[in-house]
Amino acid sequence: MKWTFFHKLGSPKWFFDISGKLLPWFVVTGILLLVIGSIWGLVFAPKDYQQGDSFRIIYLHVPTAILAQSCYMMMAVSALVSLVWKMKLADIFITSAAPLGALFTFLALFTGAVWGKPTWGTWWVWDARLTAMLVLLFLYFGVISLQSAIDDIQLASKATSILVLVGVVNIPIIKYSVEWWNTLHQPATFKLTEKPAMVPEMWMPLLVMVIGIYCFFTAVVILRMRNEILMRERKTKWVQAFIFK
Amino acid sequence: MNFTSLDSFLAMGGHGLYVWLSYSVGLLVFIIAFVSPLLKRKRIMQELTQLQRRQKHMRTPNENTESIN
Repeated sequence: MKWTFFHKLGSPKWFFDISGKLLPWFVVTGILLLVIGSIWGLVFAPKDYQQGDSFRIIYLHVPTAILAQSCYMMMAVSALVSLVWKMKLADIFITSAAPLGALFTFLALFTGAVWGKPTWGTWWVWDARLTAMLVLLFLYFGVISLQSAIDDIQLASKATSILVLVGVVNIPIIKYSVEWWNTLHQPATFKLTEKPAMVPEMWMPLLVMVIGIYCFFTAVVILRMRNEILMRERKTKWVQAFIFK
Repeated sequence: MNFTSLDSFLAMGGHGLYVWLSYSVGLLVFIIAFVSPLLKRKRIMQELTQLQRRQKHMRTPNENTESIN
């Protein structure tokens, strides 16, 4: 097995070069899809026969909530890689992704609350899904503050990775909470194994938004990782050469 | 198209407040996510350029006293 590929992947310089080339594509695709998806969902999708037009919040809420969780899963995979192989890039990803995860978890909670008001008659209930999402937000805060509290980069990386891995138990709780407990929250809109319960005119803009938010996340995470690499590798020759350019 | 006029679009069948509150906060979050790393990049580049200049000063003082005037 060729390990050179794996080592290359872990090299900050290699990542810096390749991500710089990919970045514009993710920025353009992400923004384009998000704009198209929003207009499609807000203007052209048919309204829900029960919820009326308030259901249009789904086009923001669901993609955001999906991303908030999968961002954490990506961080967990990175945490494992960081602990086992001490790969610098994995730790750089965790540092860069955590604030974005927090931001999108906040947005998922906020849009959920605003959608809950006209639909359930309340902004907030302490039900399983909502509480687990709030725990996810605090996990992100924990990761951010733990990382910044420890000066030694290697120790910080280790401690953060362990915290991220412990927090993974929360993810299946979020996912299955709507099935395990009686809750106000409706079950998942998309399932990989089944056809969506919505008409195509309703779920197609949602799919566009989900793909768009992943592209957008990739773009922003690349931006943040490049910043982090510049700071951490500032004493290396290649960064010095890059700045002097 | 679901809406007959701009007014009915903005009203969102009486749920306008909720829909537009969600989407405006959403837009704000996306802008913050995108703009903050760009601003940070600018700061980092300035900081590192200054650092590099200072290091050059220390290494070759004579050369730099000439180049100042």
